[in-house]
Amino acid sequence: MSTTVAEKKEKVSVPFDYNKYLRPNKLPHIWCPGCGHGIVLKAMLRAIDKAGLEKDNIALVSGIGCSSRTPGYVDFNTLHTLHGRALPFATGIKLAKPEMKVIVVTGDGDALAIGGNHFIHACRRNIDLTVLVFTNATYGMTGGQYSPTTPLDAIATTSRYGNIEPPFDTCEMAKASGATFVARGTAYHTIELEKTIHEALTHKGMSVVDIIDACPTYFGRANKFKSATQMMEEIEKDGTVNVKQAANLPPEKLAGKMLRGVLHKVEKPEYCEKYDILIKEKASAKK
Amino acid sequence: MAEKKKKLLQGNEACVEGAIYAGCRFYSGYPITPSTEIAEGMSVRLPKLGGKFIQMEDEIGGIAAALGGSLAGLKSMTATSGPGFSLKQECIGYACLAEIPLVIVDVMRGGPSTGYPTGPSQSDIMQAKWGTHGDHPAIALTPSTVPEILSETIRAFNLAEQFRTPVMVLYDEILGHMREPVTIPNPGDFVVEDRAKPEVKPEEYHPYDDKFLIAPLAPFGSGYRFHVTGLNHKQDGFPTNDSKMIRENNERIMRKVHVNRESIWKNEEVMLDDAEVAIFTIGSTARSARFAVNELRKAGIKAGLLRPLTIWPFPERAVAELSSRVKAIIVPEMNLGQMTLEVERVAKGRCAVEGRFRVDGEPITPSQIFHEVRKYL
Repeated sequence: MSTTVAEKKEKVSVPFDYNKYLRPNKLPHIWCPGCGHGIVLKAMLRAIDKAGLEKDNIALVSGIGCSSRTPGYVDFNTLHTLHGRALPFATGIKLAKPEMKVIVVTGDGDALAIGGNHFIHACRRNIDLTVLVFTNATYGMTGGQYSPTTPLDAIATTSRYGNIEPPFDTCEMAKASGATFVARGTAYHTIELEKTIHEALTHKGMSVVDIIDACPTYFGRANKFKSATQMMEEIEKDGTVNVKQAANLPPEKLAGKMLRGVLHKVEKPEYCEKYDILIKEKASAKK
Repeated sequence: MAEKKKKLLQGNEACVEGAIYAGCRFYSGYPITPSTEIAEGMSVRLPKLGGKFIQMEDEIGGIAAALGGSLAGLKSMTATSGPGFSLKQECIGYACLAEIPLVIVDVMRGGPSTGYPTGPSQSDIMQAKWGTHGDHPAIALTPSTVPEILSETIRAFNLAEQFRTPVMVLYDEILGHMREPVTIPNPGDFVVEDRAKPEVKPEEYHPYDDKFLIAPLAPFGSGYRFHVTGLNHKQDGFPTNDSKMIRENNERIMRKVHVNRESIWKNEEVMLDDAEVAIFTIGSTARSARFAVNELRKAGIKAGLLRPLTIWPFPERAVAELSSRVKAIIVPEMNLGQMTLEVERVAKGRCAVEGRFRVDGEPITPSQIFHEVRKYL
C-alpha cells in the first residue's frame, strides 16, 4: 500500500493519545530516573492501540516487583497479584473468559525465579497469554539483589564478590517449554519493541517477549556504569543483535550478544480452544 | 414435586455434588491425597455444564487460577489436604485482602509435613484461622456426615459469595472416603446465593466502595474496569500508604464477618438441655461422640454434645453459654489440642475443659469418649 507524502505528514502530526490508556491520576509512576520500564509501557500501549484491542476486553495481570506496578497506571481490568503468581491468576481469567485478551507484565525475578514453575507450565499449555518479561537482571524493588538473569561476575547486594550463578536464557527456556511465540526486544530499540509486542499480541497461543531493560539505580551503580544511557548503549544496543542481521554476521561478531526480534513462531492448537472443542464435545457426548 | 434421587456417595463425591449445585463453574487444583477425588469429579462434571477445570502445576497455581476464575465472574473452588493447604496460605491471604470469593476444601490428613497421607486428622483447624500472615477474617465449616458435606459445600459457596471472602470446608480423611446414602437435591431445595453486582455506572464504581460493608464485585471484562491488588488499598482498589485508610480497611474485612457471625454460626446440640458434662467436637470425632452420648445416657449419665458446623468464626456464644451450666466440656480432637485452646479461652474458667487427643492416624472411638466423660461424674 502506498501513501502520499501529504498523508505521511498527517499521520506523523497526529500525536498518540496515551491518556486514552493511562490512568492519569495514578501518575507519576514509581520508576527511577533512567529506568526503562516507562519506555516498555509506552511500546505496550502503542502495540495495544495498533492491535485495535478494546480496553474493557483487556486484563493486565502482574506479580510483584517494579515492572509489576504497571497495571496500576493503565485503564484496563488490572490485577496486581502475588510474587511469581501472575501467570496462574492470568490462566484462571483466560480460561474463565477466553474472549478476553490477557496480558501479563512481570520481571525476570518474578517470572523466572519465584514464578519459574508457573512460567514453564504456562508455556507448555500454550494458553493464549501475552507475557512481557521486563528483564533488568536485578531485584529492584528490594534494592538490587542478583536475579536469574544477572550475568556471571556481576555485582549485586547479595553477590558482592561477583555472581557465580549462570543466567537463564529466557527465550530458550520459553521455547523449550512449549511457547509458540518467543521474541526479544530492548528498551533501546523502541520502534522494534512496539512491533514485536504487536506481533506477540496478535499471535494465538503463549507469547513471551523478553525485554532487556536496564536498572541504572541498582545494577548500574553496583557495576560501575556511569549513566543510564551508557547502560542502554552497552547492554541493550551493543549487547544485542537483531536476529535477521545476525544471519549475515560471522560468529565472532555474535559472541556474547543476545538475539533480538522474533526468535520462534509456530502455529499450534491453543489451550482454551482445545478445551472448548475437545473436552466440551467429548463431555457432552458422554452421558 | 420432582422425585428425589438417592445415591451412595463418598464424602469427596458429595463435595462435588454440592459444588455443582451451588453453581461452581471453575475448578483448579493439584492432586493430593485424600482430596483427589474432588478434582477427578470436577474434571468430569464441569465441562458438561460449560464450566472450566484445570489441573495446575502446583498447589499455589491451583488456588491462584481459581482466584482468577472468580475475578472473571465464575464461582470457583479448589481442594487440597494439609501440605497443599500450607502452600495455599499465601493466596488465601490475598483473597481475604482483595476480597475475592472462593471455596477451599481441605480434607485433613495426618501431619506435620507429609505426615500420614492416608490417615485422618483434624490438625488444620488453627491453620484455617491463622495459616496466612496478617490479621484476616476466617470462615471454616466442619461437616460430620457425607450428606452434610454436600449441604455445607453449598453453604460455603453462599458465604463466600455473600461475604466476598475465602471460605474453607474442613473435614477429615474418614469423611472424605466414607460412603453414605445422599439425597441429590432438586433445584430449590437449597438456597443458592450469588455475589452482588454493581448497580452504579462503571465510572462511579469502586470495588471497595466504603458506602458498603461488603461492596459489590464486578467481574473482569464486564465493562467495569478496576484495579485489584494485594497491597493495602483505598476504596478504588489502588494502593495507599494512608494509615487511616489502612486501618479502616483492615478493620472492615474483620468486621464484615464479625458483625454477621450469628448468621454464619451453625451448631447441632444433642441432649444438652440437662447435660452435666458436654462434649465439644467436629467431623468424624462427632460421630463417635454422638454414639458415646447415647451410651452414657443409657448408663444414666447426663452427657450431651455441642457440635459446631462452623468452627470459624469460633462459636463463642454457644460455648460461653454452655460453660456456665455444665461441670465440664470434654474436647476430643484428632490433634494435640487446637479446639481445646479455643474452648478454654471462651469458657474463662466457668467449667473444667479437658481435651482428649489422638494423633496416631486412628479415629477417636466412642469408648474413649465414654470413659473420659465418666471421669467427671
